[in-house]
Amino acid sequence: MSDRGLTVAAGVNPALSEERSVRMLSVEGPIARLVNGPFEWFGSLGIFSWKVLKAAVTPPYEWRELIRQLDEVGSKSLPLVALAGAAVGVVISLEARYSLSRFGAKSMFPATLVYSVIQVMGPIITGLVVSGRVGAGIGAELASMKVTEQIDAIEASAINPYRLLAATRILACILMLPLLTLAADACGLMTGWFAQALVEPLSFHQFIQSGFKGATFNAFLPPTFKTAVYGLIIGLIACFQGMRTRGGAEGVGRAATNSVVLGSLFLILADVVLVKFILVVFP
Amino acid sequence: MATANDIAMKQGNAQGDGSVPVVAVENVHKSFATHTVLNGISLSVNRAETLAVLGRSGTGKSVLLRLIIGLETPDSGSVRIHGQDFAGLALDRMGEIRKKMGFLFQHAALYDSLTVAENVAFPLEHHRKEMSRSERADRVKQLLAEVGMEGDLDKMPSDISGGMQKRVGLARALALEPEILLLDEPTAGLDPISSGEIDELILKLQRERQMASIVVTHDLHSARTIANRLALLNQGNVVIEGKFEDLQQSNIAFVQEFLKQS
Repeated sequence: MSDRGLTVAAGVNPALSEERSVRMLSVEGPIARLVNGPFEWFGSLGIFSWKVLKAAVTPPYEWRELIRQLDEVGSKSLPLVALAGAAVGVVISLEARYSLSRFGAKSMFPATLVYSVIQVMGPIITGLVVSGRVGAGIGAELASMKVTEQIDAIEASAINPYRLLAATRILACILMLPLLTLAADACGLMTGWFAQALVEPLSFHQFIQSGFKGATFNAFLPPTFKTAVYGLIIGLIACFQGMRTRGGAEGVGRAATNSVVLGSLFLILADVVLVKFILVVFP
Repeated sequence: MATANDIAMKQGNAQGDGSVPVVAVENVHKSFATHTVLNGISLSVNRAETLAVLGRSGTGKSVLLRLIIGLETPDSGSVRIHGQDFAGLALDRMGEIRKKMGFLFQHAALYDSLTVAENVAFPLEHHRKEMSRSERADRVKQLLAEVGMEGDLDKMPSDISGGMQKRVGLARALALEPEILLLDEPTAGLDPISSGEIDELILKLQRERQMASIVVTHDLHSARTIANRLALLNQGNVVIEGKFEDLQQSNIAFVQEFLKQS
């Protein structure tokens, strides 16, 4: 039996079946949409980034809003970041003591803790915590403004929303992430040392001296300042998701979720590139 | 209540100076995906004139206002403000033209994290930087007094009624002393008394400020009161344009049906 016969026998109109497969692959079909979706998303993100960049570098500058956002991103994230950093310090301390003891390398404990916290865990934990708190906040706030036409009202009042809403939030994320990372690092080192000191006597002075022995700025500054790129990613994606929202309360929820999920995902992916970049440029 | 035409007759300049219209929409087409919303629409409004745009839901009335203020771009055709084509301008350049316009959104679109006074002060803070803080506060009080909201300066938008929100939205739209006022459903969702008050307010503003206004509405009674001219839209185009009497005398079936149902 031919294919046509099979289709007819199964009770499917061959013309409709053909039409359906054409529709699936056409410009507006579901498969085409699935393929085009990421291209469309990245294209829109590129256009959005260009508009924000153009707005950010041309006057008038929105200093007041920038200061408000620095407070929103920085001061209000500090307790959460400090707590996360402190917890990571304890975890690394416990794990490192156990692992190093097994290999008879207990003397390496301070350096292991210092390098683990400052080079790896501090930046990434800060990035993820800020992505969760600030990314969701920005995404939901801008999405809510979008669906209630408040962003249109800003534009209708002859104010550039890319400058007022997006550029200020992105810049605040870029500026505050390295500072928050320093805070997370400091808390991690303190609690890491404290967890160790509870088991074995080790003065803080001794711990710091031993941990930073032979360390250069190249070992610690690039990992801290790479978080500015995390800030860019968190702010940019949250603002983009928020300002392109459609569809009421559901759209607001989706924007908040996407801001966190995509922000965190791109942050981790960027870390892969940044670590390699730092290793090459700052050996 | 004096109607817009009475006011225009008294002022004697309802049709402006006869040169370039303040707002000119020419052969504008606009579609969203496969749905055509505006299909070659043309309209114009002169100084000290109020045009009411009527029509069924989904006929593109609000889209027309959004095109005029540049929140949407036409697929083809042109929107000219004082003779200048609006489409394709950069956002900051567009801003210069937008300063001459006031827009009242259908749901007022007040900034929900700011108080009533801060909402009205918002455009002034950005565009009247030469104003001192006290001058700005005085101007905000004056604008809110004009719309009868002077006693609610420190309230949040969520604490006031829909009608009050529209009044505040109107005060915000008037903050930069616009030459063009765009009103999207100013009386929708309001009780008859509040609707009448908003109409009265719009007429008062028309009397005092000589603006070119476009009012999108479903409310035929309100349109008849506040507008010099009415335009009835159907399927993305103007079916009829003229005074209320012209609509009454029209033989077009859709016009008769619309008047009968309103």
